Amino acid sequence: MSEHKLTQRQRDDLRTVAAMIIPASDEYKVPGADDAAIQADMLNTLGRDTVPVVAALDHLARLAGEPLAELDQAQRDKIANEFRATGGAAAATLVRVVLQCYYRDDRVLRSLGLELRAPFPQGYVLEQGDWSLLDRVRARQRHLRERIPATI
Amino acid sequence: MKHESVDVLIIGAGASGAAVAWSLADTRMHILCLDQGDWMKPSEYPSTGRDWEAKFYGDWSTSPNIRGRPEDYPVNDDNSPIKVVNFNGIGGSTVMYTAHWPRLHPSDFKVKTLDGVADDWPIDYDALTPFFEENDRMMGVSGLSGDPRSPLTHPPMPPQPLGLSGPVIGKAMNKLGWHWWPSDTTVATMDYEGRARCINLGHCTPACAQGAKASTDITYWPHAIRAGVEVRTHCRVREITTSEDGMASGVIYYDKDGVEQFQPAEVVIVACNGVGTPRLLLNSKSERFPNGLANSSGLVGKNLMFHPYAQIYGFVKEPTDANRAPPTCLWSKEFYDTDLSRGFVRGYGIQFGRGAGPVFEAVASEQKGILPWGADHHRVFRRLNGHRIGVSAICEDLPEEHNRVTLDPVLKDGHGIPAPKIDYTISENSRKMMDHGLARGREILEAAGATDICINNPIPWGGWHLLGTARMGTDPARSVVNEWGRSHDVKNLFIVDGSVFVTSGGANPTSTIQAIALYIADQMKQRLANLFD
Repeated sequence: MSEHKLTQRQRDDLRTVAAMIIPASDEYKVPGADDAAIQADMLNTLGRDTVPVVAALDHLARLAGEPLAELDQAQRDKIANEFRATGGAAAATLVRVVLQCYYRDDRVLRSLGLELRAPFPQGYVLEQGDWSLLDRVRARQRHLRERIPATI
Repeated sequence: MKHESVDVLIIGAGASGAAVAWSLADTRMHILCLDQGDWMKPSEYPSTGRDWEAKFYGDWSTSPNIRGRPEDYPVNDDNSPIKVVNFNGIGGSTVMYTAHWPRLHPSDFKVKTLDGVADDWPIDYDALTPFFEENDRMMGVSGLSGDPRSPLTHPPMPPQPLGLSGPVIGKAMNKLGWHWWPSDTTVATMDYEGRARCINLGHCTPACAQGAKASTDITYWPHAIRAGVEVRTHCRVREITTSEDGMASGVIYYDKDGVEQFQPAEVVIVACNGVGTPRLLLNSKSERFPNGLANSSGLVGKNLMFHPYAQIYGFVKEPTDANRAPPTCLWSKEFYDTDLSRGFVRGYGIQFGRGAGPVFEAVASEQKGILPWGADHHRVFRRLNGHRIGVSAICEDLPEEHNRVTLDPVLKDGHGIPAPKIDYTISENSRKMMDHGLARGREILEAAGATDICINNPIPWGGWHLLGTARMGTDPARSVVNEWGRSHDVKNLFIVDGSVFVTSGGANPTSTIQAIALYIADQMKQRLANLFD
């Protein structure tokens, strides 16, 4: 649990920037990354990412000058571009944290047609595929360089 | 604390340490292996949890610097465009690898003769053939015999299915008229010697919860331990000690409580691979060996070869296997051999990728700028996710002395032992090779109808293959160990890992590393009566 390491302002900015990365969609029937459950997942599992995420949020706060949510859309877009361009590894970590929590949410995975489970122990079925495609390669003459110097 | 002397002390329980231990066990000597890590717990492997992809960015990162487990040691690779990746624990980096299993080709052992560059090996492919075969049986290899462009292999299990991605790649390669073939892999495609068959967990690289992927903790080690080999875990070796007569006398290590111990031994075998081995030898300096142990040539740590990976990938209309299959399934040797009209010497193998899981896809695509923020994110993600295919050129790196492992003057591990420092640049020859690989990769992707093409040139965290830093040779002035792995300087000190490679080939090296370890063990057994002469 790492929730306590973010201030309320940082949490607010995290929620706002998460929604800027992935907004909710009626078309795909998915929540945005600012959804409460997804936000809770981020805060609860920050772990070793806490330090860079806090650094990224601090950087974001410096760029915005005020809570991100209070800026208009054009200002937010400008800040987002600047954040991505100048935020370095910390910004990349923040974005990755948003994406990794979003793309393991049940509602999102269901929308993508993916199963709501760990890979193990059920695994997946892999079809054999069309092995006749290899016939053309099988028909090739064997060629393995062993004793032929290259010529210039 | 001093322990009872052992006949053979092996440092490192990974690919080569396990193979050499198993082979030497039939001598009935007292064999002890020390490893800085522990036995693995498959129930904790990433694919057992819903957060399986996130773990790849933290506790199960391939980078020891990111992972930072107590078993890991830091590596200063700031001065290298390719970062070192490895795993520390029983099984070593075989716990965390893709299981792609090509061998070096016969021509790889004589590059000086054939192409006038680098050096020939003091051994040839034929010397290793029986050990390749033995190793394939022990590790449990799946594949299809008869590849017209590869050395003949006899995999004991059938190849992985082509799945959805394989035919997409195969059709593209056929359109171009280029060679492709199902890869030999150490993924069990049927139940094999106590290992369950692959069930396509997809997340093979950071350890296989099913045990279908061969790692030496579940292949060689059970056999070696049954044959009497002792494995001591959480033992980090600081240095190899020597006696007044210049022979290795044992090692000083820190046990799991951090207590310094001395373990005497009649023979010491180093199996820590291309970064760990030179680090240990350089840390083993003494009055008699002021430049580090076995380093009269000055070549310990030099000639580091990585295999720069030039990767290109794209997205096809058809669904691909994504994370629902082992990540690699096919290779190509179309550009493996030297063709000087290409503008470089030597060549590269191609390793095809089946796809990626949703988190990896989202993170990578956002970083590449092809997955936007905002309302269009959802539409674009659905077009990308589950549609990726990849092409990676594994470029043969030639040995250059300025590419090297030294000891960092500041950075230390958790026991205060100086950490390795990497200085490495990609050569002009390798650059040309990588560019060629990317251009051919683009042709392959375009033939497959792929769009949104992205490149990683090199794959930055692609320093899997750590080779050449204690090279093999007959001339003590130009090599660290002789043609059967014994140090020129210290006659009871052997090296059996990737650091003895003279050149790197264009192929993932683990199969060859283990064949060499078995070959050296065999040489030792044949010479037991006069091993130190």
